[in-house]
Formats: sequence, structure tokens, C-alpha cells
Amino acid sequence: MTPAATSRQVGGHHTAPIFAALGDETRLALMLRLGSGGPHSIAQLAAESPLTRQAITKHLEVLGAAGLVRSDRRGRERIWNVQPDRLDEARQFLAEVSRQWDAALGRLKHFVEE
Amino acid sequence: MTTDRIEKSVVLKASRSQVWRALTSADQFGAWFGAKMNGPFVAGMRATGRITIPDYDHLNLELLIDRIEPESLFSYRWHPYAVEADVDYSSEPMTLVEFHLADDPGGIKLTVIESGFDQIPIARRATAYRMNDGGWAGQMQNIARYVTGLPQ
Repeated sequence: MTPAATSRQVGGHHTAPIFAALGDETRLALMLRLGSGGPHSIAQLAAESPLTRQAITKHLEVLGAAGLVRSDRRGRERIWNVQPDRLDEARQFLAEVSRQWDAALGRLKHFVEE
Repeated sequence: MTTDRIEKSVVLKASRSQVWRALTSADQFGAWFGAKMNGPFVAGMRATGRITIPDYDHLNLELLIDRIEPESLFSYRWHPYAVEADVDYSSEPMTLVEFHLADDPGGIKLTVIESGFDQIPIARRATAYRMNDGGWAGQMQNIARYVTGLPQ
């Protein structure tokens, strides 16, 4: 990482608990569906799911609050779409922390074994 | 692996007391971690220091020492990835870092667990990445593996 690459706000969602939003099987399934199938309306998602429209809406709003999905109004419907940057940031953040631990443990190993 | 924790293990060819000192002596911890600590580690107390890793040596390091259970468990809380000197992280939740020591045929198995990421606001400090070439299908598979703990 470089200092220049450490900071960016996306859509003002800088305090959203993004990992908590993803840590739910139902929401993950919704993300997978939107991610692989493209934009969907609530009605389309409900037709392919045992969940009610209300339940799906609630989960999408949690994902939306974390900046992971966005809805656009199309006529009388809201069409939901994934926001790729946010999801990738979440993944890359943990990957970066993980990488730093690898490096630190490498230094520790060298330190105690030398 | 969940989105809430990172777990790493390494087998160290050293004695248990050597590993323990490397973790809990503030000077020795600083030597491998890359920091100059200002004082000893005491359970329940704050330990401060300065990062010594090149490019990061303008940063302070602050650990809230949690548990010191001799030659078995050392833990602290901190603000992970707090790499922006002008940002006040004090109002953000902290993660918990635990070092567990266990006997191993090859020496001492050290396991590091960092947990509590679920509540960390990440966007401000997260590195900005664009979509990679794998496209959404590949990306979502990665995420699915990532959050369900299946091998990558």
C-alpha cells in the first residue's frame, strides 16, 4: 500500500458497517443474484425467492445503507443494482490487513529464530 | 473465515519463553513489529510508541493491552490499519488482537486472531480499487468463498 492509495470516500457511506451488512446469508444471496444476474426489481427478486417483498426490501436497504447496492426509480418500480467499488474495497481491506500480518509474522519468525 | 476476523498461524523454531518474550517485552515486540515503544506492556494499560517501518515512521502506535497470561495468551485492542496521521481514530471501534501459544512438534505454534472488523468503518481507510478483469461473476465467487470460509 502507499499513502496515496489509502483514502477515499465513496458515496458518503464512510461509517457504514459494510462487513456486518455482508455477514448474512440472505443478503449475500441477494448480492450474488444482483451481481451475476444484473439489475432486478423487488418483484423480480421476490419471484425467485421464498422471501416476501417486504423482507427483500428490508435486506436491500441494509445493503444500501452500507453502500453495497443502489436503487434507481424506473417508472413505478425501484431497480436494484450492485455498487462494485464498495464491495471490492471491503474485500481488499481485509486482504491488506491479512497481508500486513503475514509480513509481521515473517519478521517475528526471523526475530526469534535467528 | 468470516468477514469479522483474520486468523494466522506460524510455527516458530524457538522455545515457549523466547516466543513469549518476543511478544510481551515491549522492546522485543517493537523490534519485529517495527515500532519504538515508550514503556512496558501492562494488562489494562495503554502502550504507546512510534512506527519505525520506512514510509510509516510518521505514525504513532497505540495498543490497549488486554490480557497477559504468561506463556499462553497475549492480547490487545487497537485501531487496525490506522495509516493516516491526520485522522483521529479514537471514536472508532477497535479490533482485538490475540496471540495464542501452543506446543508443536516443530517448536511453538503461534496463532494470531484479529477480530471485530464487522463494526469498523472502512471506506475512509480502505484502499480504493477498481473492478478487476474477472468481472462480476468471478468477483462474486470470490466474495462467496470469502464470507463462507471455503478454500480460495
